[in-house]
Amino acid sequence: MRRCAALVDSLIYTRSRKAKLAAIAAYLRATPDPDRGWALAALTDSIDFPAVKAATVRNLAGTRIDPELFRLSRHHVGDTAETVALVWPDAPDGEQSDPTVDEVVQALSATTRATAPDVVASLLDAMDANSRYAMLKLALGGMRVGVSARLAKTAFAQAFAVGIDDVEELWHALDPPYEALFRWAEEGGQRPDLSTTPFFRPFMLSHPFEGDSLDLGEYAVEWKWDGIRVEAVHLGGETRLYSRGGDDISAAFPDIVEAFDRDGVIDGELLVRGTDQGGEAASFNALQKRLGRKTVPKKMRQDFPAFVRVYDLLMDGDDDLRLLPWHQRRKRLEAFVPKLNPDHFDLSAVVEVDDFTALETMRAGARDAAIEGVMLKRRDSPYLAGRVTGHWYKWKRDPLNADCVMMYAQRGNGRRASFYSDYTFGCWTEDGELLPVGKAYSGFTDEELKWLDRFVRQNTLNRFGPVREVAKSLVLEVAFDSIHESKRHKSGLAMRFPRIHRIRKDKPAEEADRIATLQGMIS
Amino acid sequence: MMAKAKHWIEPHPQGIYVRPADIWIDPSVPKKSAVVTHGHADHARGGHGDVWATPETLAIMGLRYGTEAGTPLGYGEGFERGGVRFSLHSAGHVLGSAQVLMEYQGERVVVTGDFKRRPDPTCAPFEPVPCDIFITEATFGLPVFKHPPIAGELDKIFARLEAEPDHCLLVGAYALGKAQRVIAELRRAGWDKPIYLHGAMVRMCELYEELGVSLGELRLVMDTDKEDMRGQIIICPPSALIDKWSRRLPNPITAMASGWMRVRGRARQRGVEIPLVISDHADWDELTGTIRELAPRETWITHGSEDGLLRWCELHQIKARALAMIGREDGDDG
Repeated sequence: MRRCAALVDSLIYTRSRKAKLAAIAAYLRATPDPDRGWALAALTDSIDFPAVKAATVRNLAGTRIDPELFRLSRHHVGDTAETVALVWPDAPDGEQSDPTVDEVVQALSATTRATAPDVVASLLDAMDANSRYAMLKLALGGMRVGVSARLAKTAFAQAFAVGIDDVEELWHALDPPYEALFRWAEEGGQRPDLSTTPFFRPFMLSHPFEGDSLDLGEYAVEWKWDGIRVEAVHLGGETRLYSRGGDDISAAFPDIVEAFDRDGVIDGELLVRGTDQGGEAASFNALQKRLGRKTVPKKMRQDFPAFVRVYDLLMDGDDDLRLLPWHQRRKRLEAFVPKLNPDHFDLSAVVEVDDFTALETMRAGARDAAIEGVMLKRRDSPYLAGRVTGHWYKWKRDPLNADCVMMYAQRGNGRRASFYSDYTFGCWTEDGELLPVGKAYSGFTDEELKWLDRFVRQNTLNRFGPVREVAKSLVLEVAFDSIHESKRHKSGLAMRFPRIHRIRKDKPAEEADRIATLQGMIS
Repeated sequence: MMAKAKHWIEPHPQGIYVRPADIWIDPSVPKKSAVVTHGHADHARGGHGDVWATPETLAIMGLRYGTEAGTPLGYGEGFERGGVRFSLHSAGHVLGSAQVLMEYQGERVVVTGDFKRRPDPTCAPFEPVPCDIFITEATFGLPVFKHPPIAGELDKIFARLEAEPDHCLLVGAYALGKAQRVIAELRRAGWDKPIYLHGAMVRMCELYEELGVSLGELRLVMDTDKEDMRGQIIICPPSALIDKWSRRLPNPITAMASGWMRVRGRARQRGVEIPLVISDHADWDELTGTIRELAPRETWITHGSEDGLLRWCELHQIKARALAMIGREDGDDG
């Protein structure tokens, strides 16, 4: 585990992409199977151990250290796993056994909720502080070392001088610890045969549209729906539903999986039908109730029926269409979708619009709850993995804005541990009371963060653990994609993607927006 | 805040006041009479009237404030005023650093200033001084802070230079104490090439040499060709790590020597690639171990993470209080 931990640490501290690639590649070449495969899976968050919870780790700390000392330490460090790794007593010299990554993975896989504390504790006892950190991050399923799946695949391709596209495709078809992938790459072995296995094909992604105009003869227009991007695969008698990152989310959407019964692979937007909107797609808010579930009660399926609005066809039967131009794939798609169950699949329409000016007007007017903006797709573009320039553009509708007053601030995590970087802000009721309407921790520059941090420290009224209540004097202009009703908050409102747009040092707090104004923005 | 009627030693935000002697310890503003524990700026200020300190501390103050005036006291030496007997004892923090022992009406009080227990080739080791009231720092007063052996930290530098010989390694280290200790430890580890210095380090290193701490061959970055620094070690103040100054170096890999580097978020905030957990302060085990060893009647905590050490004292039924002294922030001298 020590070498894996050293890799994790070097990735944490390395900024340059080139150096990260070199570090991963060197590790992959120097480390035997299955350790390197597990490490790769860990770096890309492809394994998880559901029996080990953050609470398990937190509670374990209490078996070795006074809870108050742990709380103070956690507060300083800003991260539970790291705190536990640092405060855990070291085994006497020479008694650390440095288990392999494989031993760690086997031990963690075999745990249940009941045995997890003992298993994790005995692993912690065997390790040094850096290995403890890497192991806890692995166990909790979130390394967060700035390594995207794409970067890891690039490093893999670099380590063994193989093509990135091959790696991309095989990767998702195979399971950790990817021994077949290493065999193929390292020894020039047989390419694993994937023709009849359902696996994830990487999505084609888009760039934000930043130009002034586009020739609509060259680009087709579609709505950008505000759900989650999914890929549905039905091949070799099996069906899978994948999220954007390639996670298998079949279990959360059995209704979709059961209904997708034709051989092929589709790319679309997963949405929930809103009953109060005449069967149209409901807001993202409704979809959220169905996300992240391991099982789905029948009532949930009835109240929030899910469907896929299909954008593209990647495989028609076992015919791979990805190299065909978009307009040809679109024809095949238009023939494919009507054969599917209409309750769960419909076609994302191509928007007919005369010219770009008309499109601008149309986009500005689109305030449908489930429309996030428009997509511009080049009519002759093949289906290419990743974010390739010049083919697809997303043009989101303009965000909404509100002037809110900072109410509370909380320290950030990780490298922001010493900064008050998470802000809760509110708007005025008719009675002149300030109620929280949202929380944001992005949108500002490093310089602004320093300023905000200083503001919080100098205007603290009360402290509640890591949270500070501040004087209600600073107006923050908050941008957000949409706003919805919510029973969770006292204001009855919940923002989607709120971020700090501007710090309005010039504006008196009394002149910030009223709750009623925000209610008027509900789509 | 005070536990009983006013004690003869009074903590104030600007320093510790010894009333019967009318003397301040480490005052942060100019005072008529001051005992100074060591040369770091948060303890040694210029402009006092009478000053008592070790000869090394006076020399360091002379370098920083232009005046060396004061009464030098060696370790174990002292003086008496207003019925209080003062003496200085080695603190092991930086060259010349001292604890102050005060004896008055049969009561013994020790003020540590800053201290550490680890061996340091650039200064005398900490001397445990039995006392009734132990007034300690707690810079690293949380159990997350355990400074590893220095050899393993320096190995990180050597390994990286070996892997990338066409780069240079730039170590950020506080100009007084940390820089010289890192240099001396590099020498002990066998690094006999010249070590290159940022201009701001030079005078303090020369002073250390004059005071008998040998640091080997030192060169100034400004006088050296860029190409000649490939594969070499360069020491600079932490603030210079991200300064335009470093552009004259050949592909620098940045490191920072500080106890704060133990926490990943802190290290990332500094933007360094190699965090070196090297500190001139006592870590958690040293702090708690020292309190156990001295077993004072009371422990007072001047600055740092006092909440953590206070809690530990409570758990071990040791009478303790936090003095909440300001102006002694967790700066770069960690």
